[in-house]
Amino acid sequence: MGKNPDQTGLMEGLDPTLPAPAVDDSVRDAEQSTWTPAKIGVWVAISLLGAVAWFMLALVRGETVNAIWFVFAAVCTYLIGYRFYSKVIERYLLKPDDRRATPAEYKADGKDYVRTDRNVLFGHHFAAIAGAGPLVGPVIAAQMGYLPGTIWIIIGVVLAGAVQDYLVMFFSMRRGGRSLGQMAREELGVIGGTAALIATLLIMIIIVAILALVVVNALGESPWGVFSVGMTIPIALFMGVYLRFIRPGKVMEVSIIGFVLLMAAIIGGGAVAGTEWGAAFFHLDKVTIAWGLIIYGFIAAILPVWLLLAPRDYLSTFMKIGVIVMLALAIIVVRPEITVPAFSEFAGRENGPVFSGALFPFLFVTIACGALSGFHALISSGTTPKLIEKERQTRFIGYGGMLMESFVAIMALVAAISIDRGIYFAMNAPLALTGGTVESAATWVNSLGLANVNITPDVLAQTAKDVGEESIISRSGGAPTLAVGLAHIMQQFIGGPAMMAFWYHFAIMFEALFILTAVDAGTRVARFMLQDSIGNFVPKFKEASWRPGAWLCTAIMVAAWGAVLLMGVTDPLGGINTLFPLFGIANQLLAAIALAVCLAIVAKRGTFKWLWIVAVPLAFTAVVTITASFHKIFSPVPAVGYFANNRAFSKALADGKTEFGTAKTVAAMEAVVRNTAVQGWLSVIFVVLSIIVILTALIATIKAIRAGGGQDHEDPAAPSRVFAPAGLFPTPAEKALLAEWNALPADKRTHKAGHH
Amino acid sequence: MNAVTKGFRGLAAYMSSLMGADAYTKYLEHFTTTGHAGPAMTEREFWRDRMDRQDSNPQGRCC
Repeated sequence: MGKNPDQTGLMEGLDPTLPAPAVDDSVRDAEQSTWTPAKIGVWVAISLLGAVAWFMLALVRGETVNAIWFVFAAVCTYLIGYRFYSKVIERYLLKPDDRRATPAEYKADGKDYVRTDRNVLFGHHFAAIAGAGPLVGPVIAAQMGYLPGTIWIIIGVVLAGAVQDYLVMFFSMRRGGRSLGQMAREELGVIGGTAALIATLLIMIIIVAILALVVVNALGESPWGVFSVGMTIPIALFMGVYLRFIRPGKVMEVSIIGFVLLMAAIIGGGAVAGTEWGAAFFHLDKVTIAWGLIIYGFIAAILPVWLLLAPRDYLSTFMKIGVIVMLALAIIVVRPEITVPAFSEFAGRENGPVFSGALFPFLFVTIACGALSGFHALISSGTTPKLIEKERQTRFIGYGGMLMESFVAIMALVAAISIDRGIYFAMNAPLALTGGTVESAATWVNSLGLANVNITPDVLAQTAKDVGEESIISRSGGAPTLAVGLAHIMQQFIGGPAMMAFWYHFAIMFEALFILTAVDAGTRVARFMLQDSIGNFVPKFKEASWRPGAWLCTAIMVAAWGAVLLMGVTDPLGGINTLFPLFGIANQLLAAIALAVCLAIVAKRGTFKWLWIVAVPLAFTAVVTITASFHKIFSPVPAVGYFANNRAFSKALADGKTEFGTAKTVAAMEAVVRNTAVQGWLSVIFVVLSIIVILTALIATIKAIRAGGGQDHEDPAAPSRVFAPAGLFPTPAEKALLAEWNALPADKRTHKAGHH
Repeated sequence: MNAVTKGFRGLAAYMSSLMGADAYTKYLEHFTTTGHAGPAMTEREFWRDRMDRQDSNPQGRCC
């Protein structure tokens, strides 16, 4: 085809005995361009409310700001972005055509390719993209104050994150549900495709490792947490057996049973941790937990899916939807007052204790999920496109689904900044700074000279007691801080102060659940990618059922992320503080890769005039990640540059020093030298691979522009024999067409998805 | 009261299709409309097959 196909005249072979599979273009255009006074009034009201909310957040400098303004600013901006910007993308860039059958229709097999109701698929897709990421990044970024993070989350998602998800989903759908890796190879050739594949694999390892690190930090020295999260394993096994042998297919039933057991595990955890033997038995240090997680990760990835992964996935989906609805309700009902400043003292510095580096570029990599997450490109290509019913629904599911995730990130930010700033820094700074006791932590926090911060050891001790932990000092990683914030908000909503410990462990539990599912699934996906790659040289590895190959590849993947995890856990500089930027950079580089592939596709379709819709977010994320990588590689400031730190510690060792900075022993100093070298070289590899992918995409784009278009890798268009509305609510024209379909005789309708 | 029950039912139905509980019904629907040769899988067989296929075709879960 080359040039983009215009809708009119595309489809021959539409069944004349059926109603139209799409609302007529002219009817839809007329519907959209009619602006009744009521419609205008609604959009004026939304814009005004949004403007007032942004004004309250960004310009009014009172003592406090109410959390409700975050909700209004976010929701109004999302609505405007969805109604106007995503429509522009749909209309001028993607040009979906409902007369074309989607893969779920033309490849229907009743199993993988199944037409799914758009609202169900929206929830399904959302549950697949949203996990612990949007709950963690914004918390860590709150070091710089609330405004930079808020702006990036809300504006970033509208112009970048949701655009990426939408585009990748649409292009994958047009290609029968092909994966990002396959599209990269097709569009960018062997070099670009291979670089994209290796980068994806490495990025996955880093992401799994750092998610695991977040869990380890949340569970270290917490008998309650270890017990209740540990109990998820027997609960999942029970659910798996129940579904397999006792009542197959009763998914809802088993999820509810699992949920009840999960609640019992949380409550039971408090009781067990209260006993002497329980406190002793489940009190594990971080290194032990990390090893436990590594062994778990390996076993979970080689066990059959039905036994552990599938039931865990059900639980996690169930919890995800429930928790998010609950949190939104709680924030709207409680409306906490926020005392954190818009820009904190650390916004202009690059040596913050929670994460190091200057606001630009490091804020933009610290918050990845929620604003722009490259990992979504892996989900948006593949599973969801195989389930979409009509082409036009990709805007609602792809763009809208990502807006929803962004909203989760905003709520996490609100929860985290609703707690006292003194507690925030005591919880999130590395042990080497806080000293580990309430007295030393309070002294250190007060010495920072933060406005309105004056914390006493009693408050820190009391907070720990309230949430049922021995200590909350230096529980970095974001999850515990969010849990304290959530407990603080939720106890005002349900249960009162006596429930705080329950809510805290409830939050830790669901974050751990999301992360463990991601670790398990991530290891499996990475293992298959590795098997596939090795299979190019040793064909036997391509056989998924060949046990030795599967086990070997699983072991390699687990060893890779396990090594990074252990490095983070034992890092004298404080793990999260140095590794989290690497997580963000990895995720954003994947976004750059995905957007680069989309850029090449758009150019090949001949849509040059609207290329900027892809080029702008691509340029931004490329600049951010490449700058961040260069800081990490070349910065002479030891707190920022991995190699600068490496040199400083190497020199100290060579000088015969026995302690240096926060490393108090020679072994610790050697660990720093080792860790910084690994982190530095990982940064180098990531950035080089990504630059290769971006360059090959630019070359493909320029070639396509010169040639006036390029080769089209879409599946051939097939006529559609079904109809469904595009968005949440059907428009009048869609309703009329639906009525025509519903009026069909029953025998006609049963054939609506038929193969003839 | 009726509206509350209805709303709750709707929510339960939504959640259950979100979790994929209706997968077998959909498979049967597809099977009968396309008229394959041979009998359809039983519910037990279908779920077994569905899980086992995931073993060799894992789906990513995001962060």
